[in-house]
Amino acid sequence: MSNQIKTSISREISICYHCGEECKDEILHIGEKNFCCTGCKLVFEVLSESNLCTYYEIADKPGLSQRSVSGRENRFDYLNDMDIVRKLVDFQNNEETHITFSIPLIHCASCIWLLENLHKLHSGIISGRVDFLKKKVQVKYLQDKINLKELVRLLSRIGYEPTINLADVDKKIVPVTDKKLIYKLAVAGFCFGNMMLFSLPEYFAEAELLGAGFKKTFNYLNVMLSLPVFFYAATDYYRSAWLSIRNKAVNMDVPIAIGIVTLFTYSLFDIFILENEGYMDTLGGLLFFLLIGKYYQQKTYDTLSFDRDYKSYFPVAVTKLVRDEEEVIPLIKLNVGDIIKVRNEELIPADSILIEGEAFVDYSFVTGEEVPVAKRKGELIYAGGRQKGKALILTVQKSPSQGYLTDLWNNDSFEKEKVNSLESLANRISAKFTFTVLAIALGALLFWGFSGQLSMGVLAFTSVLIITCPCALAMSTPFTLGNTLRVFGQGKFFLKNSHVIEKLAKVDTVVFDKTGTLTSTAEASVKYFGEPLSAESKSIIKSLVSQSTHALSNRVNSWLDGVKGIKLEEVEEISGKGLRTIYKSQEIRLGSADFVGAKKEGLQEGGNHVFLAVEGTLLGYFFIQSGLRKGIENVVAAIKEKIPVHFLSGDQDHERVNLTKVFGNHILMNFNQGPSDKLAYIKNLNDNGAHTLMIGDGLNDAGALRESQVGIALTDKITNFSPASDAIMDASMIQKLPAFLDFTKTSRKIIKASFGLSFTYNIVGVYFAVQGLVSPVFCAILMPISSISVVVFTTLTTNYLAYKRGLKDKIW
Amino acid sequence: MEVIFLLIAISLILAGSFLFLFFRAMKGGQFDDSHTPAIRILFENEPKIKDKKEQSTSIKSK
Repeated sequence: MSNQIKTSISREISICYHCGEECKDEILHIGEKNFCCTGCKLVFEVLSESNLCTYYEIADKPGLSQRSVSGRENRFDYLNDMDIVRKLVDFQNNEETHITFSIPLIHCASCIWLLENLHKLHSGIISGRVDFLKKKVQVKYLQDKINLKELVRLLSRIGYEPTINLADVDKKIVPVTDKKLIYKLAVAGFCFGNMMLFSLPEYFAEAELLGAGFKKTFNYLNVMLSLPVFFYAATDYYRSAWLSIRNKAVNMDVPIAIGIVTLFTYSLFDIFILENEGYMDTLGGLLFFLLIGKYYQQKTYDTLSFDRDYKSYFPVAVTKLVRDEEEVIPLIKLNVGDIIKVRNEELIPADSILIEGEAFVDYSFVTGEEVPVAKRKGELIYAGGRQKGKALILTVQKSPSQGYLTDLWNNDSFEKEKVNSLESLANRISAKFTFTVLAIALGALLFWGFSGQLSMGVLAFTSVLIITCPCALAMSTPFTLGNTLRVFGQGKFFLKNSHVIEKLAKVDTVVFDKTGTLTSTAEASVKYFGEPLSAESKSIIKSLVSQSTHALSNRVNSWLDGVKGIKLEEVEEISGKGLRTIYKSQEIRLGSADFVGAKKEGLQEGGNHVFLAVEGTLLGYFFIQSGLRKGIENVVAAIKEKIPVHFLSGDQDHERVNLTKVFGNHILMNFNQGPSDKLAYIKNLNDNGAHTLMIGDGLNDAGALRESQVGIALTDKITNFSPASDAIMDASMIQKLPAFLDFTKTSRKIIKASFGLSFTYNIVGVYFAVQGLVSPVFCAILMPISSISVVVFTTLTTNYLAYKRGLKDKIW
Repeated sequence: MEVIFLLIAISLILAGSFLFLFFRAMKGGQFDDSHTPAIRILFENEPKIKDKKEQSTSIKSK
């Protein structure tokens, strides 16, 4: 990760022993070891004091740079608040406390080693246990010896500061791992295996040698083993079938439940009254295969979170000013009218008015645009922005949950669970299927009944119900969708669950957010206007901007790619204004219009300007526009061919001309859309009967993502940040979006084809069943063959077609 | 052939106890995290002496 070092230059440049980054500004030494900053050195000192230097042996340069870590001492003061502590901990008794921290910095084996040896750092810590994939550590500690605040500070001192945000405090997220399904699967598998063994002798003539005693015992054992299957493993199907019937609908589970009940009761009758062998092994196998299908469908992405709201990003605590005294209070206790202080890199927690300081607010969380917006004293600043620059003093205008952005979550659409308004393909077919099967069964009963053979009629009736039990039918959907889910996951398109695939297949309107979705900060277009730049001035600008982390500096920097910098004596960054340096006794300024003394009037709008001035005379300016993502026009064009495309943008209208140039005329563009406008827009489309797909990226799209049938969150770093959505897509994969959308339709076709396959089996089965020719052996062979062939068919076709369409690199 | 009754009993008890053990492992969280234990098992119990440390770091870093 960050400790990749360019080996070619590593000999000339000192590399930090802790983090492996180049020591740029200063080099600190302990013995022969170099450190890039006091932070890294401090971590090393803490670790070497406690003899924990094995940390540096397990992985090479395991630490992460401590340069930008805030050193403010009182930032954990809110952890003294007992209410907050109680909400954060997992378990607490008189002696010890258990707490789980989320530490995104965990990235290598050394991290695991160190965090599991915390007890060597402080005697109050009992143990630490890391879950690497979830990037979590559970710490057990004695609260008499160390309190939570000290523990968090200790973790932060060794470079592993946990992220504690509002969502942790607000409600405990209970991990919903579906263990019950696995238990049921295990029970069904156990019973099925044993039943098969006891039933096997029935299938061979040699079994006669064993005598009648054995036969009876085996049958009774089968009944015994079928009890857990019938009363435990199959319970989900009864519940689902019952719910569906109560709603006057027939879903896939209704014929399954009928089949299970018939199999069980008829087998009991067969074994105890008729003293035959029954169908218990078929029942066990049926449940086992069905549950495997169910399990396969439930692919979850543990490391991704699909349900985040603004609380996951907001801090737990704010610094409140009471009579000029700083006090760190939990955010939930913040009231309207409070005076708060927001420092560099801190999030503005509530809509507030700026009283003091110069605000440069980075709204990249909210809108996807990372160039900071300047705000003056007396202006209202919306919550969710991050201050870049000096500390601000603000008066809170609205409580954190009622702000311009956060008010979105009070909308009704967040109250209700997203209902599955679309009936799934399987459910629609199963209604017809169930009634047809019942009709055939009754027909057989009546036919035999009228011909005077009532017992034959009952046998045919039950046989039809048993043989047509839609095992293969029920497995085609989970396996096709499960495979599609996996194929998409390999393509970095992660779906929340398999229902999303069917919803995607029905989409008939696609809505894109503009900023951050169509455009990308990485693809910014930079143009220079003014006096031509000499090679020397290019070098000066290059070294100037490489000193700054400002978004615009980065863009100018990448525009000057390949230019070699010059060593500058002193570069001063005036936060939010620009950069200043003295070169050959000339003052060079690069930055905003105010900063260099230029006038902004009459310049092109729709982008940012960076001005260059030498000794007070303006040389020229850079015009920087956030560019469109690579290949996005092809994506939009491909989708536009089939379904209407809409754009939503929070920006002004002036971009319309540019966008029309690139994307053509047939797109409905809407500008000046706030977070709630976007939600309302989608709602309006839905009310008119559209199946909407919303693609967005920032928190301001959260409402629209939620309201749409399918909301896709586009993100540059999959694990980092995404608002609540149905699917998360890696931004680099957006070119494949049309292919993904097409493939959801293919999935439906595969499901239909496999339905056809299982109908063939059913017709064969019914042909024998109506004549009363079905025997347990016949059942025990036909049932697994039909299930397995359906599974093989769906798996093969899904993977092969995905490979053919370029969604997968290899077939397997 | 009556010995088969005994064998059946034994096999059922054996299989049942495997099922029970699986349940217990599941409840105990053994299947929750399948990645970290693989790394954890490779750690040495005691840190090595300081001189050796320098050498091993320089070897590993190349």
